[in-house]
Amino acid sequence: MTPAILKPPARDDAGIVDELLAEIGRIPPAPPPGDGGDGERPFGEPERTPFVPNAVLGMLVFLGAETMLFAGLIAGFLVLRYGAVVWPPPFQPRLPVEVTGVNTAVLLLSSLTMARALRAIRRGKQAELARGLALTAVLGAIFLAVQGSEWVRLVQFGLTVASGAYGATFYTLIGTHAVHVLGALRWSGFRLF
Amino acid sequence: MSNPATHATVHEAHHELGFVRTYIFSTDHKMIARQFLFLGLFMMVIGGLLAMVVRWQLAWPETPVAGLGWLLTETEGVLPPEAYNMAFTMHATIMIFFVIMPILAGAFGNFCIPLMIGARDMAFPRLNMLSIWAAFLSGGVMLAGFFVPQGHAASGWTAYAPLSAVATYQGVNWGQNLWLISLFILTISSLMGAINYITTVINMRAPGMTFFRMPLVVWSLFITAILLLLALPVLMSATAMLLFDRTLGTHWFLPEGGGEPLLWQHLFWFFGHPEVYILILPAMGMASEILPVFARKPIFGYRAMVYSMLAICFLSWMVYGHHMFVSGMDPRVGMAFTLTTMVIAVPSAIKTFNWLGTLWGGNIRFTVPMLNALAFVAMFVIGGLSGVFMASTPVDIFIQDTYFIVAHIHYVVFGGSIFGAFAAIYFWFPKMFGRMLNPTLGHLHFWPTFVFFNLTFFPQHIVGVGGMMRRIYNPMQYEFLQHLQWWNVFITWSAFALGLAQIFFVINFFWSLFAGKKAPLNPWQSNTLEWIAPSPPPHLNWGDRIPTVYRGPYEYSSPEVAEDWFPQNRSLPARAAARH
Repeated sequence: MTPAILKPPARDDAGIVDELLAEIGRIPPAPPPGDGGDGERPFGEPERTPFVPNAVLGMLVFLGAETMLFAGLIAGFLVLRYGAVVWPPPFQPRLPVEVTGVNTAVLLLSSLTMARALRAIRRGKQAELARGLALTAVLGAIFLAVQGSEWVRLVQFGLTVASGAYGATFYTLIGTHAVHVLGALRWSGFRLF
Repeated sequence: MSNPATHATVHEAHHELGFVRTYIFSTDHKMIARQFLFLGLFMMVIGGLLAMVVRWQLAWPETPVAGLGWLLTETEGVLPPEAYNMAFTMHATIMIFFVIMPILAGAFGNFCIPLMIGARDMAFPRLNMLSIWAAFLSGGVMLAGFFVPQGHAASGWTAYAPLSAVATYQGVNWGQNLWLISLFILTISSLMGAINYITTVINMRAPGMTFFRMPLVVWSLFITAILLLLALPVLMSATAMLLFDRTLGTHWFLPEGGGEPLLWQHLFWFFGHPEVYILILPAMGMASEILPVFARKPIFGYRAMVYSMLAICFLSWMVYGHHMFVSGMDPRVGMAFTLTTMVIAVPSAIKTFNWLGTLWGGNIRFTVPMLNALAFVAMFVIGGLSGVFMASTPVDIFIQDTYFIVAHIHYVVFGGSIFGAFAAIYFWFPKMFGRMLNPTLGHLHFWPTFVFFNLTFFPQHIVGVGGMMRRIYNPMQYEFLQHLQWWNVFITWSAFALGLAQIFFVINFFWSLFAGKKAPLNPWQSNTLEWIAPSPPPHLNWGDRIPTVYRGPYEYSSPEVAEDWFPQNRSLPARAAARH
């Protein structure tokens, strides 16, 4: 059975992500000229092929914006961290370094499975792609679940968003990261099931 | 070459698009450009009326505002201090985020980039549609703030913490929250636009359109997109932090929980200064585009123009501290920011001299777009020079937060960006809507606007040096400002005249939209690619074949051809090109 991801992109949910997959994975793009003319894929492409496909370039540009978003957040954290007399502030719980370390390894592993999925589709192995993506999604879900349980424990120990700069920086930064993982998870869920 | 059969299918395919896909949820860059233009012009009316309210209060403090009796029933038409704070805050917010950005970067970015580089559409048309709809949503959220209890945000457009971080400090709760949410959505919208612009310019240029054959307006929008891309995420993180402080009880900017109020200023101005160039760079590009067309001369120093814009883009990241000279800053750091700020005047001066060089000895046609572009150059020089004064710390400490700053920002943002926007609207309206604007009404709009602009904003330098504070509610309460009050009355009358002059523009715009003279293909005899497409260009712009580019965009009065213009898509010899 063909995994859902390899069906020709239905016009109505074709988006940047499909374009990205189509172009990275060298899946033949939708036939260009005079086809439907719904404006999604301009026909009669320019006579030169760009060095980097649109979707890849767009994603790289987007990563530039993401870098600045986290730069703003991390800069804010550093200002508060080094402006504090004692850090971490007294009478607040320590952050769980070991569990977070293991969890980070899980997340790094998920980039490995994603890279393998990509390599698989470049060689035309569709089943392996689906397996790789599913594994990536599972690892991402594990990461989020572990992080969620850690958050619950920290809140029980009394570290909340409202407990000063320590709680504010921790939950804002880690939360922004978690939202990104959640976005990836939701997308891969959409694609696979 | 041209295959009539293919051509016909192509056209039939276009006509299948229904009303909704053509006019509302359109992925066509030209329709999205029009939507951005309408958004910007609509918001300009609101922003302008708010300015009139502010001016009334400054000229005749605490007297009933004419025509506002129905709204301010409790005070019988007198503007209370909270409403005054709200009026100047929202005037600036709307003008910067919902007028200049949508018109210059949104409308003309979308309209010019694909047409001028010979592309059929943006790289990601659907993302483009999402961008305009995010902008509409953000505008709706911003306007909703006027209707919540306690009124809209009133902490200035810079929203300095801690004033903005705790609801009770300014007495505004949901207004400021909606303000932050709206700006957060707007940054997402602009980021989607920026990703599209950058990808389109890099990847979608027509054959022969090298980077150094691109029109300067495309260069300016490309560089603006880079600034948007890297500056807006910082605003995004800052607005999120401030919103969390207000709603979730975090302490990013509140000292009692270990936060740092100055952090807001650093984050805000790290975005805010590149933002200034986001507002002015597209206008610079438009002036560079319009001056050669109506001087019938090549632009003076094309490459110098490009390199100076790149230099501005680079330097704009290291000057933001000049907004914070009195916020508590090590004088050595202030010195560094003074130097970088003065250095950024150099590329701006290069551009100014190049515009003058373009005009020198030209065969100038004083059309309405040209007049607006010339006004842009002249006003930008005044605004730019007062900017150099302020770069110097000793001067800045004296004029910090006075009307001198207000005069400076309006010379740059109204004298620069808005005249640039008017020039662009008069110039590209024929291509955008297929009809000419009426030149008589155009002159009737331009001349009063230019005169009353100067009468409104130049005296603000004088009252500013006289010590009048920037956000003062009632200048009459200070004895040392009372002898300046006649200036305030004069400025207000002149501001009313400036506002009334815009009526000619509104009449001209709507009358021409429906009943204007049909626009020919190339009414200004310009070289760039958009003028070879029909007016208005059809969906996907170029029929069945993308144009090929053979030359740079500014070959006016070339000795190689009989006419005084030489379109970018025409190859030599001219005779062979006639069939093209």
